[in-house]
Formats: sequence, structure tokens, C-alpha cells
Amino acid sequence: MRPILMKGHERPLTFLKYNRDGDLLFSCAKDHNPTVWFADNGERLGTYRGHNGAVWCCDVSRDSMRLITGSADQTAKLWNVETGQQLYSFNFDSPARAVDFSVGDKLAVITTDPFMELTSAIHVKRIAGDPSDQVGESVLVIRGPHGRINRAVWGPLNMTIISAGEDAVVRIWDSETGKLLKESDKESGHKKTITALSKSADGSHFLTGSLDKSAKLWDTRTLTLIKTYVTERPVNAVAMSPLLNHVVLGGGQDASAVTTTDHRAGKFEAKFFDKILQEEIGGVKGHFGPINALAFNPDGKSFSSGGEDGYVRLHHFDPDYFNIKI
Amino acid sequence: MATQFATQPSKQRWAEMEEEDGEDLDFLLPPKQVIGPDVNGIKKVIEYKFNEDGNKVKITTTTRTRKLANARLSKQAVERRSWPKFGDAVHEDVGSRLTMVSTEEILLERPRAPGSKPEEAKAAGDPLSQMSKGGAVLMVCRTCGKKGDHWTSRCPYKDLAQPSETYTDKPPGSELATAASGATKGAYVPPGMRGGAAERTGSDMRRRNDENSVRVTNLSEDTREPDLLELFRPFGAVSRVYVAIDQKTSMSRGFGFVNFVNREDAQRAINKLNGYGYDNLILRVEWATPRTN
Repeated sequence: MRPILMKGHERPLTFLKYNRDGDLLFSCAKDHNPTVWFADNGERLGTYRGHNGAVWCCDVSRDSMRLITGSADQTAKLWNVETGQQLYSFNFDSPARAVDFSVGDKLAVITTDPFMELTSAIHVKRIAGDPSDQVGESVLVIRGPHGRINRAVWGPLNMTIISAGEDAVVRIWDSETGKLLKESDKESGHKKTITALSKSADGSHFLTGSLDKSAKLWDTRTLTLIKTYVTERPVNAVAMSPLLNHVVLGGGQDASAVTTTDHRAGKFEAKFFDKILQEEIGGVKGHFGPINALAFNPDGKSFSSGGEDGYVRLHHFDPDYFNIKI
Repeated sequence: MATQFATQPSKQRWAEMEEEDGEDLDFLLPPKQVIGPDVNGIKKVIEYKFNEDGNKVKITTTTRTRKLANARLSKQAVERRSWPKFGDAVHEDVGSRLTMVSTEEILLERPRAPGSKPEEAKAAGDPLSQMSKGGAVLMVCRTCGKKGDHWTSRCPYKDLAQPSETYTDKPPGSELATAASGATKGAYVPPGMRGGAAERTGSDMRRRNDENSVRVTNLSEDTREPDLLELFRPFGAVSRVYVAIDQKTSMSRGFGFVNFVNREDAQRAINKLNGYGYDNLILRVEWATPRTN
């Protein structure tokens, strides 16, 4: 395959997200402008201007009309996807990290980092149908445990919120009361910071990637560990194929060590694993730095990766990918 | 004069009459028929024509139409396609080339040849795997000093840091060369010429070429490296496959080399494949002798 290279960002990529139809790709980077691209040919559709800090995460509503972004400028912003117009800005006292729309797009979860005496927190906001009715009050605030929360997503039927972060523990919270329901087992769980979390297409299980050089597959309801995928580099990004039983892990050595070592030792590949057999299928090379973001097109026929090098690489699979046998 | 010319075309000449006669007969033919496209996308068009001899001919054209892959786009997605650009994308220069198709063909690199089993490497009698099974503590990388992770030959940092042993292993003769290069202190020394570099690459090259290398001759021109790998893989782990290609014609020159990890595997391959019929040719498989020059 010949990947499409998209050089719209001037700083490292942080997050990638496809819309539900798989025709738009949203990219977030440490420069201040989230960008939307056409997912088939990589043409840039527009940028969302207004943030004043690194943008860490984004989510798009099911009808592809609203975009929410979380940024280090201590705000999370709602955008009109079509025009790039800012609809609302949620202000916080610390940098916003993860954002996720609930099923039905009526609620959004936003996490904030620990900052100047403040602990990390999970905020649940109500998203109004009409942007003029939007208010900034939180429906629920969960004062989190120690350390940054890197990802928070909604559980099945919006009953729970799943969070994971620096303390290497996956937690499931009640989204009504804010009570802690489950915690991942310390023995079988990750040993270092969890950097990425990605739900399966049906939401029944999810994948976490960690700096302990492994990725783990968990059951969403019971939080039992199903599978572990071991690599030889820290994992920064994970994605699951909605079509085949494949998982993709991206990572590489620390960005600060990139200049001191050879690109061959850096292992900046997107590694494909068989989801069930936990066996490596192959690697896709190309980035000049660690991979920070990965996303699968909802049709499972293409995926994109975003790297520390500022490039988004959009890969449309060759036909033989679909008949790979181990 | 002008009126005369205008009327001329309407006046039929006998010479033209004959030609037009044939065309006029077209109405006698059955009309064009179009059948399909059916479920497989096959369309049949049946036409009738007069050939040069004035005989009626039936022409059937069968074509297959394929649906485009992205025909399943939702209505909203099609609508989004025509959205106007916004933000920084509005004033985008034509020459800015933000989106490019990679000039490089990127493949999904398989960790091992498709179809092979991971157990293959752990064949009985493989001393390497026996040792790794015995205890990971034995496995110490001399390059980076890592224990139990990989062997020295498999070290991912091999190209970055050359082991210091290369200096100590050197014959005393080359010590002089190093000293000589050291004499011109302060002058720029290219990386390839720095202390021991030439010696190192020399030994590296030699080692790669003569390590359990098998020469295969009388290959057919269609044989490529993957074919050769497929042929030799069943005998054991293969570290390198090479087919000589003519630079000018880019055709195979009919010979190649296969390097095995284990010498026994190479010997078995030679025993089995020497004289083996491959692509209508009898293969000749033998130990590759190092070049004498």
C-alpha cells in the first residue's frame, strides 16, 4: 500500500478520530488547531481555530455535526464540524485531557489534569441540542485518584465511565453517583502509565496500551483481563479493527531519546496482532518518531497513524491484507 | 453562382446513389438488444450489421461492469464532500502540498514467512533454541549487555555501537594502521576510515557471505527471491536469500545464494535439492566457495 501523508500539523500528533461514516478524519496535535480531513484522499477540509494550547483529545457526535476538543489551555470546546465555528467553551482550572461523547450525544465526559494543588477530575457535562442553550455546569464531578487521567470513555448504556491513566489502574465509575464500581487487578494489570484506551466497535471490550510495553484487552462489564499483547517498546496508541480480529499497537521510544538513537532501534512501527491468538501479524513502518495516535476507519479497510514527527499517515489496505493467515 | 452551389448537394448523382443504398437498408435489421447487467455485472449487447459482402452479421458484445467500492457512501457523507473549506484550509496555497501520496511502497511486514510455524525454529537438534529453552540467563548480548533479551547477532543496537571486541580481536598488524591514522591528529577522518572501521566492515562482509552459504545454479529466469525462500525454508531457518539480477536487462542471471542459520540445515538442503527438478530445470545446489581474489 502507498500511504497518504498529511502534513497539516507543525507539532506532534496527539489524537485521531474518524466520524461514524468513516468519511472524515479528525486530528489533534500539540499545535493549537485541530484539523479535519477527508478520509479517502487525505484532502484537508478545515481547521478549528480558537484553542491556545496543545489539543489532547477530541470526539465527534454520531451525526458528525459537533466536535468536542480538550486542550491544555484549560478549556474544552464544542465546534460546528461543518463551518469550524466555536459553539461553546467549557472553562476549567487545569488542563483538559480526555473528552468523549456519550451514546446519544446528550452528555460528554471531560477529564482534567492535576495542576497546582488540584487533583485530577472527571467532569460530566450536559450537551444541549441547541448551542445557545448550552451551560457550563457539570452534572457530576468525580475527584480522581492521584496522577493524570489519560483517557476516559463511556461504558455500555452510559451507565459507567471507564478511566485509565498515570497510576496504571483501570477504573469503572458509576456515571450517576460517581461511585467507584471496579478497579483493575494490580497483579494482572498494567505496571506503568496507561497511555491509550480504545473501545471495540460494539463496546463489549476495550484495549489499553501502556508504557510497560504491553497492551491489554478487558471486558467492559466485569473488568476481567482477557488478553495481553506484549511488544518491545512502550505503547502510546492502540486501535482495534472493526472488521477483522486484529489489534494495532503504536509506540516507540521516548521522544526525548529519539535524536540519540538510530531509527531502526526506535521501532516506530504500527504493530498488528491477532486479537485472539495474541500473535504478531506484522508491522507497518514509516514514521520518523514514535506513534502517538492510531485510528481505524469504521469500515475496517483503512487506518491512520499520527506520529511525533507531525505527520498523519493514512493507509488503505491492500486486498491481500484481508486474507492474511497466521 | 452561390445558388448553384447550394442546390448541388441535393441533386443526387448516380455514383453516390450506390453507396447510400447500403446504409438505407439498415432499417431492415433487427433493433439493438441490451441484456443485463445481471447479478454478476455481466452485460450483453446484441447488434446486427451488414458486412462488406452485404451479408447480415450478428455481433454480441459481453462486458462486465464493476461497482465502485465507495458506492456505499451515506447520503450525509456525500453531502459533506461538497462542504466549503474553512479555517486555515481556505487560504491554502495550491503548491503547499499538505497531502501527498507516499512514493514508497509500504508493506505489512510479516515477522516470519507466511505459512511457517513459530515452532519451526525450535526444531530438535537446534542448539540455539535448546540453549534459550535451558535458561534465559545464558543469553547475554555482548553488544548492549542486555541479559536474556536477545543474542548478540540479533541485537537491535548492533549497527549503532560496535562492540569493543573488534579492537582486541584484531591481529597485531592492523594495530600499526590505527597508530598511523592516529598520527595525523586533528585532521578529519571519515567515519569509514576511523580506527578499525575498515577492518570491521571487511570482516563483516566476509562473515555474511561465507556463513553457511549455499549456491544455487541453473535457476529458471522466472525464479525470484520469495520462490527460493519457499523452496529452502522447509530445511531450516534461512537468514538471507539472494538471486542475481542482471543490471541491464533486469532478468535473473540464473543463480542465487541462500544462507542458512545452521550448517546442518544447509547440508540437508544440498543433499535434497541438488539435482532437483525445478521449473523444468535441474537445480545444482552446492556450498558456496568464497571468492579467491
